[in-house]
Amino acid sequence: MKKIIGDLVVSENIPLKNNHFLLKLTQAEPLPHILPGQFVQLKIDDTPSVFLRRTFSINYVDRKKNEIWLLIQVVGDGTRSLSNCKIGDSLNLIYPLGNSFSMPTSSQSRLLLVGGGVGVAPLLFLGAILAEKGFSPSFLLGARNIDGLIELEKFQQFGDVYIATEDGSAGEIGFVTDHSILKNSFDKIYTCGPTPMMQAISQFAENQFIDCEVSLENKMACGIGACLCCVTQTHQGNQCVCTDGPVFNTKELAWQI
Amino acid sequence: MANLTTKIGDLTLKNPVITASGTFGYGEEYLDFLDINQLGGICVKGTTLHRREGNPYPRMAETPSGMLNAVGLQNKGVDYFINTIYPRLTVFETAFIVNVSGSTLEDYIETAEKINSLSFIPAIELNISCPNVKQGGMAFGVDKDMAAEVVKEVRKVYHKTLIVKLSPNVTDIVSIAEAVEHVGADAVSLINTLLGMAIDAETQKPLLSTITGGLSGPCVKPIALRMVWQVAHAVKIPVVGMGGISNARDAIEFFLAGATAIEVGTANFIDPAVSLQVIQGVNDYLQRHHCESINDIIGALKTV
Repeated sequence: MKKIIGDLVVSENIPLKNNHFLLKLTQAEPLPHILPGQFVQLKIDDTPSVFLRRTFSINYVDRKKNEIWLLIQVVGDGTRSLSNCKIGDSLNLIYPLGNSFSMPTSSQSRLLLVGGGVGVAPLLFLGAILAEKGFSPSFLLGARNIDGLIELEKFQQFGDVYIATEDGSAGEIGFVTDHSILKNSFDKIYTCGPTPMMQAISQFAENQFIDCEVSLENKMACGIGACLCCVTQTHQGNQCVCTDGPVFNTKELAWQI
Repeated sequence: MANLTTKIGDLTLKNPVITASGTFGYGEEYLDFLDINQLGGICVKGTTLHRREGNPYPRMAETPSGMLNAVGLQNKGVDYFINTIYPRLTVFETAFIVNVSGSTLEDYIETAEKINSLSFIPAIELNISCPNVKQGGMAFGVDKDMAAEVVKEVRKVYHKTLIVKLSPNVTDIVSIAEAVEHVGADAVSLINTLLGMAIDAETQKPLLSTITGGLSGPCVKPIALRMVWQVAHAVKIPVVGMGGISNARDAIEFFLAGATAIEVGTANFIDPAVSLQVIQGVNDYLQRHHCESINDIIGALKTV
């Protein structure tokens, strides 16, 4: 899959609750084929404290409008600068990067997508593709409280949505791993979010003999497999999250759970 | 077009711009972004005798105008390089320089000897910043006797262009450069990364698994430039300059300070095709200054 470096134009910048925003980017030419789970390396100019590109998973690809969506949480100077982007601003991206979530096999029909915090981002595009292919994915989304639940109505377009909040302000109280939906049977789980959450879900999947894929968010410099900074331990040794991942089957990972 | 060819030992480069080891993989990672045949050379990833897993994550921390890394020479070993990667590289028309690293004198010698047999590799860059496990982990490159010893022994088995990459984490880099020149280095390259550290004040933890790591990027450029200038005045062999070069203007500064060629490193992470822009920009500069050759500006700093 050819990687591209190029400028995209901001078509929309929508402020969301809890310091999140949705950046929609487009260009005149058709976007390349993009798979769910892939990410971009975005250059942030004019912010002196930002040196490296910033890594964002692709939240959704709107093929009709020729748009890439990035769901971003303001956490530092780089994301703050991006949150101030105006329609028509040009941003330099390297994309599409990384592997992708794998499609379910013919025997896998009961699919659960588990997301936490801003880690829900790639699960929207995955859910859309799964729905398009005739699957009925369920989403289990977790956050500290109701304000941390982002894009709920968008997820609801593609499947049933179950919610867990730590304070009980929406859905069931507790972590996603405490949610009653996990009493149901699933054939495959996809997850992205804070590492402790993904590890807990991986452990659950392993105990239940459920096939499970995680999307890791290790810090990257290059994003293209050159610097070897973003590695994770696998049974094959250290592998780059940027090129061997970001999606790994939990069977591959040598996580110390 | 000005004449950009430059010589390092027996190695003639079509232009003086090389991508730095550890920042450009084996060149193949960058094929979607630039025609690597246009580069003067590519210094491939640090290669050791045996496979190395490198350090645990996290290995990288962003710092003001730069970054720290503690990759720890992750690579699959010299035999994997020779059998799997090398055959793929022979289709390209650029100089592939293998960066050789080791933990013992014997490691360096054996690795260099193996690379010596590869007809398509015209040079090695000897990374002497690695810890010597038999000398309590002190880096070879911080002591002039230890640096000279490793270069002297590698010189016996390596018969092509031998570039020695110097560590800046020393009191007197000139004395190390002179010591390795004396025992047969064809060139020196500098600077390797500067030892640094970053802390997360909130968690009160270091940002790297190894606590300290190597600093690179524009923040190190003034130090690199100073060291290149000092070394270029002291040795007769060519100096390959590097440290924070991000554009043609940076490169020109290194040539003026005395570098015969330059390496582009960390900047590759941000702009994968930046090295081609550097080549173009150097050519434009030479034309604008009515210079026929890159040689016209090497060491041409006006100090009076």
